[in-house]
Amino acid sequence: MTASVLTTTLVPDAPASGIAPPSPEAAAILGSLGFVVRLESFSGPLDLLLHLLREEQIDIADIPIARIADQFLAAIKHLGLNQAAEYLEMASRLVRLKIQMLLPRNQDGEAWEDPRAELVRRLLEYQQVREIAHWMSAAADRRALRLARGYLPPSPELPPLPLTLDLLDLLSAVERVIASILHPVLHSVVARPLNVEGAALRVQALLAEREEFVWTSALGPSPTISDVLSLLLALLELARRGQCFMIQPAVFAPLVIRRDSSRPAH
Amino acid sequence: MTPLAQLIEAALFAAARPVTAEELVTLDADASLDEVRAALGQLREHYDFDGHGVELLELGGGYQVVTRPAFAAAIERAQLGARQPRLTPAMLETLAVIAYRQPVGRAEIEEIRGVSASGVLRSLQERGLIEVTGRSDGMGRPLLYGTTPLFLELLGLADLNNLPRAEELTIALQPAKPQMAGPDDDAAAYVAADA
Repeated sequence: MTASVLTTTLVPDAPASGIAPPSPEAAAILGSLGFVVRLESFSGPLDLLLHLLREEQIDIADIPIARIADQFLAAIKHLGLNQAAEYLEMASRLVRLKIQMLLPRNQDGEAWEDPRAELVRRLLEYQQVREIAHWMSAAADRRALRLARGYLPPSPELPPLPLTLDLLDLLSAVERVIASILHPVLHSVVARPLNVEGAALRVQALLAEREEFVWTSALGPSPTISDVLSLLLALLELARRGQCFMIQPAVFAPLVIRRDSSRPAH
Repeated sequence: MTPLAQLIEAALFAAARPVTAEELVTLDADASLDEVRAALGQLREHYDFDGHGVELLELGGGYQVVTRPAFAAAIERAQLGARQPRLTPAMLETLAVIAYRQPVGRAEIEEIRGVSASGVLRSLQERGLIEVTGRSDGMGRPLLYGTTPLFLELLGLADLNNLPRAEELTIALQPAKPQMAGPDDDAAAYVAADA
């Protein structure tokens, strides 16, 4: 916030700029702080420029570029970087114009093309847009006083953010979904706990006696699917910790578990 | 009031949006468009001269029964209705450019306002106040934007001709296709000053 508030000799004016004049309270605060202007109250570099011209009561057709360029630079000096590009572009235009104005004019009476002409055209065009926007704002205000039938204020009942659900909410939501299905197909799921720790112990025991082994040797005689899953998870965990290395000697070949990775697989 | 005017009043009461005269014609197989317009005039006079809290408004090509401005504050205090949120200055400026220059591309809007327009264009589209009306033949075939009937409704305008005309503005309207400030213009100005 502090970056967008700067102290210069400017105060945002109200009615002439048309839109969003500061409220009396805001104006009072601004006044009590001395001459303070909030750059975010300008809708762009052209707005700021028009404001400077009005402050100085300058004829738009004969802008003292050097003075205005300096004032513009002073005004954007403390501008937050989020908007700076647009203001900086205008600043560089103004500085270039300032230099152009310093160049000696054509001596041989040829028509001198005022380098400010393009800027003046843009300012006039923008001022016109501001005027239309001001008119539209007033029209929208007049219209807003006429309420149409059935217009209800937007519902403020939005779900609290972030969305919080506990297990009970979730289960009751599932119940509701299931209840809405005509012939629900229900399965009973039996939890088969994995024994990752046991598998890890078996792998470590095998590694203690052998340099390397094929991973299936760590499985029991008639392994179940949870035995295989337990072993795979245990191997991944041990490999993550660096306590074993997994090598696949060829495509689709079974994994070989090694104690260390220093020697290449044969 | 004639039966047709009463029928129209009932239809406007039932519809929660502006209804066009063409739609109102379908209410009565025997009624012509002229008769519907005459009945609308009768309904308007009825509201205006017989002491009613509502009035007939022509909005974005349709007709709607709305409350009189004098009652807005009381209705809002009682929380029976609320005004539309106001538009931001950036939205109003962008709408102003689009309303007068449509169909118009983003680059032209940004050139006139001197600031980036993509964010505000998206918000205006989300609020249904502008829409993509086509693509330019220019480089990259940029999207062209125009205003919607909802825009007219929001401003309380019957059509775009109700916007202020050139002679009503303090600054004369530029021609519809202004000279854009391109690098060439700048270079020309630079050369001229340099010569």
